[in-house]
Amino acid sequence: MTMQKQDQVDKKLSDMPDETGHFGQYGGIFVPETLMEPLKELKEAYIHYFQEPDFLAELDSDLANYVGRPSPLYYAERWSLELGGAKIYLKREDLNHTGAHKVNNTIGQMLLAKRMGKTRIIAETGAGQHGVATATVAARLGLECVVYMGAEDIQRQALNVYRMKLLGARVVSVGSGSRTLKDALNEAMRDWVTNIDNTFYIIGTAAGPHPYPAMVRDFQAIIGREAKQQIMVHEGRMPDALVACIGGGSNAIGLFYPFVDDMDVSMYGVEAAGHGLETGEHAAPLCAGKPGVLHGNRTYLMEDRHGQIIPTHSVSAGLDYPGVGPEHSWLKDIGRANYVAVSDEEALKGFHDLTLTEGIMPALESSHAIAYVTKLAPTMDKEQIIIMNLSGRGDKDIHTVATLDGIEF
Amino acid sequence: MSRIKSCFAQLKENKRKALVPYVAAGDPNPEITLDLMHAMVQAGADIIELGVPFSDPMADGPVIQKASERALIYGTSLTDVLSVIKQFRETNDSTPIVLMGYLNPIEVMGYEVFAKAASESGVDGVLTVDIPPEEAQVYIPALKQYELDPIFLLSPTTTKERMKLICHYASGFIYYVAVKGVTGTSALDTIEVASRLEMIKEVTDLPIGVGFGIKNAATAVAVGQVSDAVVVGSALVNLVEQNAHALSNAEGNKKIIKEISQVLVSMRSALDA
Repeated sequence: MTMQKQDQVDKKLSDMPDETGHFGQYGGIFVPETLMEPLKELKEAYIHYFQEPDFLAELDSDLANYVGRPSPLYYAERWSLELGGAKIYLKREDLNHTGAHKVNNTIGQMLLAKRMGKTRIIAETGAGQHGVATATVAARLGLECVVYMGAEDIQRQALNVYRMKLLGARVVSVGSGSRTLKDALNEAMRDWVTNIDNTFYIIGTAAGPHPYPAMVRDFQAIIGREAKQQIMVHEGRMPDALVACIGGGSNAIGLFYPFVDDMDVSMYGVEAAGHGLETGEHAAPLCAGKPGVLHGNRTYLMEDRHGQIIPTHSVSAGLDYPGVGPEHSWLKDIGRANYVAVSDEEALKGFHDLTLTEGIMPALESSHAIAYVTKLAPTMDKEQIIIMNLSGRGDKDIHTVATLDGIEF
Repeated sequence: MSRIKSCFAQLKENKRKALVPYVAAGDPNPEITLDLMHAMVQAGADIIELGVPFSDPMADGPVIQKASERALIYGTSLTDVLSVIKQFRETNDSTPIVLMGYLNPIEVMGYEVFAKAASESGVDGVLTVDIPPEEAQVYIPALKQYELDPIFLLSPTTTKERMKLICHYASGFIYYVAVKGVTGTSALDTIEVASRLEMIKEVTDLPIGVGFGIKNAATAVAVGQVSDAVVVGSALVNLVEQNAHALSNAEGNKKIIKEISQVLVSMRSALDA
C-alpha cells in the first residue's frame, strides 16, 4: 500500500474540512478579494483559540453558567409508546438561555471577537433567533451590535425585533432582493467588507465562507458530545438514529458531527417541504436543489436554470433559506447522512403532537424533525433508540400556529 | 494580440488613460443595452465593462443592486448578455468587453461551455467577483483556453504576497478596488491609492485599472494620474435609476443614453486634458 492510500484509509470523516475549507467539492472560500485577508485572520484565530486552555475554560464556564448547559437528554416515554416503535430521546436545546441552540455559537464567536480585539458585532437573522442570541451576548460584553434582517421578516417577527432592540442592538431593515434571510446575509457581508477593521461578523449557521462552516459546527458540536455521554448513562449504548431539522443546518451538524465516524448511527436531516416539493414552494435544497455557489461557499442551492437564486417558502422562518451548510451537501453525496423533507402541514401536526403528549411546545423549525420522527420511529424496533434535536422552544411561533389553526386572539 | 492588450498598447503610445464605463446588461430594460454600448464608445469609452445581473450581488452597493433587480425583472440571463455582445460585435470589432458578475450563473452553465460561448460572442475579459484564484484552478484554464482574460480584483486589504499570487494568474489588466467597501460607496483617498499602486507595479507589468468610488471628472483625473485605466460604475448607473421608470421605455432609454454619454464626454476630455 502506498503512503497516499494509507492516508486515505486513516482519514476519518470527522477530519473534514481540508486545509482549504473544502468538504469534497463543497465549501471553500468564494468571496470578494477584500474579505480574503480578514477570513485568513479569522481562520488563524479560530485554530489558535480552539487549542488554547484559557479560551476553552472561559467557553465552558459561559456555557455552564450563562447558557445553562448541559441541556437534558429527555426520554419522551409517552410519545415513544404512542408511536409504538423506537425509544425517542429529545436533546433539550429549547431549554438554553434565549430558547434555542443558536446561543452555543454566538457565545463562542463573541469570545473570539473579544480575543481578536473587535469592538463592533454584526449578524444576519431570519426568524430573529440568531439575532436575539447575538444581541444577548453583545449586551453582556457591552459591544455595539447591528443585526441585518429582511424587511419581510421584520414584519413577520415583530416580537423578536423588539427583543433585539431591548437588548441594545440596532436592527437594520434590508429591502433588497427577496427581503428575507438571504438578503440580510448579503447586507451583513457588505457591512463587513466596509468595516473590516473593527467589526466581527457572527454568522448564525454552518454556512458562509471557510472557516465559518467548520467553526460554527465546532461551537455547536457540544450538542452531540453531550448527547453521546448522556445516552451512555441512560441506555449504556449508542443510539441507532439521529434526527434534526435543517435550514442552514447548524443544529443538525452540532448533533451529527460527534457521531459522524460511528458508522452504525444513522442520521436524518429534515428539510422544509413547505407546500410540497412538487409545488416548488419549499426550502429543501438538499432534497430538490442543485449544487452552486452562494454566500461564500459551494453547496446545494435553490436556483433557476440561469443560476439565479429563487424564493423559498416554509412555515418556519428559521428554515426559510435557499442554501445549506456545505458539510451537509458532502454528507449527502457520500451517503453518510439521509436528507428528507416534511411539509408545513406535517410540521404543524408535529407541533401539536409533542405539545399534547409531552407537554413540550417546540419551535416550528424543530417540529419538522418531530414530524419525521413520527414516520421513522414506528418502522424501528422497541429496543432501538432515536435521539432527536429539539433545537428551540415554540413560544415565538404561537401566533403563527394560531393563525394557521384559524384562531384569532 | 488580444483586444485588451492592443487597446492598452495603443493608449500607452498615445499617452492616454483608458476610460472604462460599467453598466448592467438589461438595465433598466433589455432594449437599451446595445444602443448604450455603442453610445458609450462614441462618448469616449475605451473598454466596456458589462454587468451580468445576479440575484445576490454581495459586493455591490445599493445602486448596482437595484440595477441587477431591474434587469432581472426582464429575466436577463447570462445567455442574453452574450447575445447582446454578439450583436455589438457586428459593427464594433475593436472595443474590448469585460464581463463583470458573480460565479453562480457561470457555474450553472458550466465553465467550459461558458468560456466557449463568451469567446464566440466577442467577450475579451471576465471579472468574476466572488472567485479568488485559490478556488479558480479549473476556472482560469477554461477561460484561458478560449483566450479570455481573467481579470482579478486587488483591494486595500490585499497583502503583497497575495498580490503576487493574483497577478500570476491575471491577464488583460488588474482591477484595483480603491476603497474598503462595496461599489458606489465612500469617496476614495487618492494618496492612499497612489501608494498602493506603487506596490502593485512592483509585482506586475499588467496595466492597472482603478474603480469603486470614482464619482466625477475630478476623481477620474486624480486616479488617472496614477493608474492606466479609470472604471466608473455607480455614477453612471445612478443616471439609469433616475430615469428608469419616469418615462416610457423608449423615451427613458434615450434620456439615459444622453446623460451617460454627457458624463463620459466630460470625463474623457478631463482625462485627455
